[in-house]
Amino acid sequence: MSHSIGLSIRNGTKVYPGTVALDKADFDLYMGAVNVLVGENGAGKSTMMKVIAGVEQLTSGEISMEGDIIQLRNTDDAAKRGIGIVFQELNLFPNMTVAENIFIAREKTRGGIDIDTEAQERETRALMEQLEQDIDPNDLVGDLRVGQQQIVEIAKSLAQNARILILDEPTSALSAAEVEILFRVIADLKRKGVGIVYISHRLEELIQIGDYITVLRDGVITGSRSMDGVDVDWIVRNMIGDSGKDFAKEIEHPFGGEIFHAENVSLGNSAGGLTVDNVSLSLRAGEILGVYGLMGAGRSEFLECVIGRHPHATGNMFIDGEPLVEKSVSARIGRGLALIPEDRKNDGLVQILSIRENMTLSSLHKFTRGFDMNLRLEKETVADFVKSMTVKIASPEHAVSSLSGGNQQKVVISKALMTNPKVLLMDEPSRGIDIGAKAEVFRVMRKLAADGLGIIFVTSDLEEVLSLSDRILVMSNGRITGDFTHDTATNTGLVEASAIGHTPLNNNKELA
Amino acid sequence: MATQTTSSSLAARSNVLLVLLKARTFIALIIVFAYFAFFAPNFLSTANMVIMSKHVALNAFLAIGMTFVIVSGGIDLSVGSIVGLCGMVTGYLLLNGIDVGLGWSIQFNTFEICLLVILVGVGIGAINGFLITKLNVAPFIATLGTLYVARGAAMLSSDGRTFPNLNGNPEYGSHTFRWIGSGEILWVPVSIWMLIAVGLLAAYIAKRTPLGRHIYAVGGNERAAGLSGIKVNRTKYFVYIFSGFCAALVGIIISSQLVAAHPATGNTFELNAIAAAVLGGTSMSGGRGKIGGTIIGAFVIGVLSDGLVMMGVSSFWQTVIKGLVIIAAVVIDQAQQKVQARVALQAQSAIGK
Repeated sequence: MSHSIGLSIRNGTKVYPGTVALDKADFDLYMGAVNVLVGENGAGKSTMMKVIAGVEQLTSGEISMEGDIIQLRNTDDAAKRGIGIVFQELNLFPNMTVAENIFIAREKTRGGIDIDTEAQERETRALMEQLEQDIDPNDLVGDLRVGQQQIVEIAKSLAQNARILILDEPTSALSAAEVEILFRVIADLKRKGVGIVYISHRLEELIQIGDYITVLRDGVITGSRSMDGVDVDWIVRNMIGDSGKDFAKEIEHPFGGEIFHAENVSLGNSAGGLTVDNVSLSLRAGEILGVYGLMGAGRSEFLECVIGRHPHATGNMFIDGEPLVEKSVSARIGRGLALIPEDRKNDGLVQILSIRENMTLSSLHKFTRGFDMNLRLEKETVADFVKSMTVKIASPEHAVSSLSGGNQQKVVISKALMTNPKVLLMDEPSRGIDIGAKAEVFRVMRKLAADGLGIIFVTSDLEEVLSLSDRILVMSNGRITGDFTHDTATNTGLVEASAIGHTPLNNNKELA
Repeated sequence: MATQTTSSSLAARSNVLLVLLKARTFIALIIVFAYFAFFAPNFLSTANMVIMSKHVALNAFLAIGMTFVIVSGGIDLSVGSIVGLCGMVTGYLLLNGIDVGLGWSIQFNTFEICLLVILVGVGIGAINGFLITKLNVAPFIATLGTLYVARGAAMLSSDGRTFPNLNGNPEYGSHTFRWIGSGEILWVPVSIWMLIAVGLLAAYIAKRTPLGRHIYAVGGNERAAGLSGIKVNRTKYFVYIFSGFCAALVGIIISSQLVAAHPATGNTFELNAIAAAVLGGTSMSGGRGKIGGTIIGAFVIGVLSDGLVMMGVSSFWQTVIKGLVIIAAVVIDQAQQKVQARVALQAQSAIGK
């Protein structure tokens, strides 16, 4: 296979105050191919892409396209040269239609004033046909699924005749079916000669789709080659230096008695169906129960029912055999439940408060006598947790928003652990954090289980669920569609169970 | 090595800048104060200090309540009207007591009157809280509604007339009412003592009680606060009730100072309270603000307007200057946020290596 080089960076260096984000990077972008970019968080992937997309400028070094050295001063410059970027966090307006979003700031007009709605709709329809998507140009973006929104973002880039398309973690919020659609779209674009840069944390996915791979570590490119013969080991070695950081190892320990039990938990949705459909499960002390399933399978909603976020949920729950009659989140936390939400930014942390204030948010009563809070005790406790969780922070008084994803997650976990829970509910605990932090989070989970905590954790990562869980439940369409032990679980078994969908279920196992 | 030294000196400079930015309201107060002490005749006289501090106190009360509301992510537009209504209730109770029919009426002493009036303020605050939490009305609209209702009620209570001569009656034990507005303890006006008490209480709540922490968390991220086990609705109730309480105190103090209650009293006071809170570094998007900052903010506004009056600046210009000061405060606040984030990120990236 030979592909022409569409864009190159030579000696690219980007310095931010106090840190070198990109250090003398040489990068070639091949056209008509998928150029995969991988590295831990903060390795410089996003910085490099921002440079290519004109969001940031290089401190030194040069960018060339087809032999000419070019200057990309802003995103407009980049767009004019056919460079489009789809950011990890979608930049769409949920209150506007698909067509309006695609032509935002470049509206098709008659005489520069009157928006030509028909022309916009026509072009949008053509784009959607090209992408093989059944999305109406007049649908509100807010009504679309996340995967479809991603497609709209891509269409937005294509509408500007993008020759180079940068996708920053496009699959992090997609279901398997949506990922498949996305991959088809990418293959199609490849055939049309579009150069694609693909950033992701999911290594298997990268190997599956990539043609060329570039690995970054601490701003330096540590590996760059064609994808032939690349395996996960090679990527990990280049990403973290040595293959020392493995996922948590098994520590064998005996389980205790049943600590949590749910019976027929159901949650209705606005469409009249059930988001969580008669879920029953049981958890023993010291057990890690993995709940595998795709996005929208009702996994997160089930955890939310347990913690008490949905007052309309039905069903019975028991902690240590005692019925859980409390309705409010605070009372349930008091009973020994704790949730680590999937969406760290919106559900887990108060970004503008300090690290200390975030950590103690659920357990302020511990430091309070009457009305008075013991601030010194609070500080000491926070310092203890920072140490035991190995959170890397300069000062607990800094805003939590200054931390990287992995460290933020450790703050959220500390917050949950500070309440001394008996049952820990973890929703995608490894989402958006780098391999190093991931391994540490898993190590902590193992240790907590060994200490006798019951853990229910939800994930859509097969490898994670297989290596961590003592027992695995699979959810699909709001129901439990599979129940595996550590020994019986296989990749294919889990995937098949997670695909059991709209047909009436006959293999739905009743769990006592 | 070279890059390291430049980055550390850069960090040191940002730190100095940050301290200056954080103390900006205080620096502004000193400058304003020094300027008038120099140029305005009699500015430093004891009499003027007493009058000025009384003016400032009224706004400071409202601003303290407003700070909690804004920190929790809301806004309370009704405080000015609550001041007016509470003033009228005070006047009515002093003059008429409560008519129980059959020619009988219950009369109250000063303490009982204050208690009843505070109950009115707290009640309106509770209604605000109810509208916002249970009926899910946006705080701006809910309190705009109560603003009109309370103002209308104040007008209705006397048909728009003033309740004059609120001297009280020794027989009922209400003759001490005037003392609230004009009395002094240790040469300091009673209202200032009250401000000190309320200010310390509020600062204590903000700093050292779970309730205070909850207010900041709810304003910073309501969803995360709820999932962390914070009773969001209860927290919101508290801030509006506390704001109503502060407004009731102002209503009592003003009617005592003037020995009369007029239904239009307190008109647009809410705007001054918001201005003081913002000047003191409270973020309108919630989650950030300090009671101490707000009180200093109230002093800046108060000293500025009284000082300008003493220098004979026209009231039209005063309004313009007040507006400019508020805008400048917010612009500087933005700069502070940027520097603060940069300092934190620098410190973080330094240990990341």
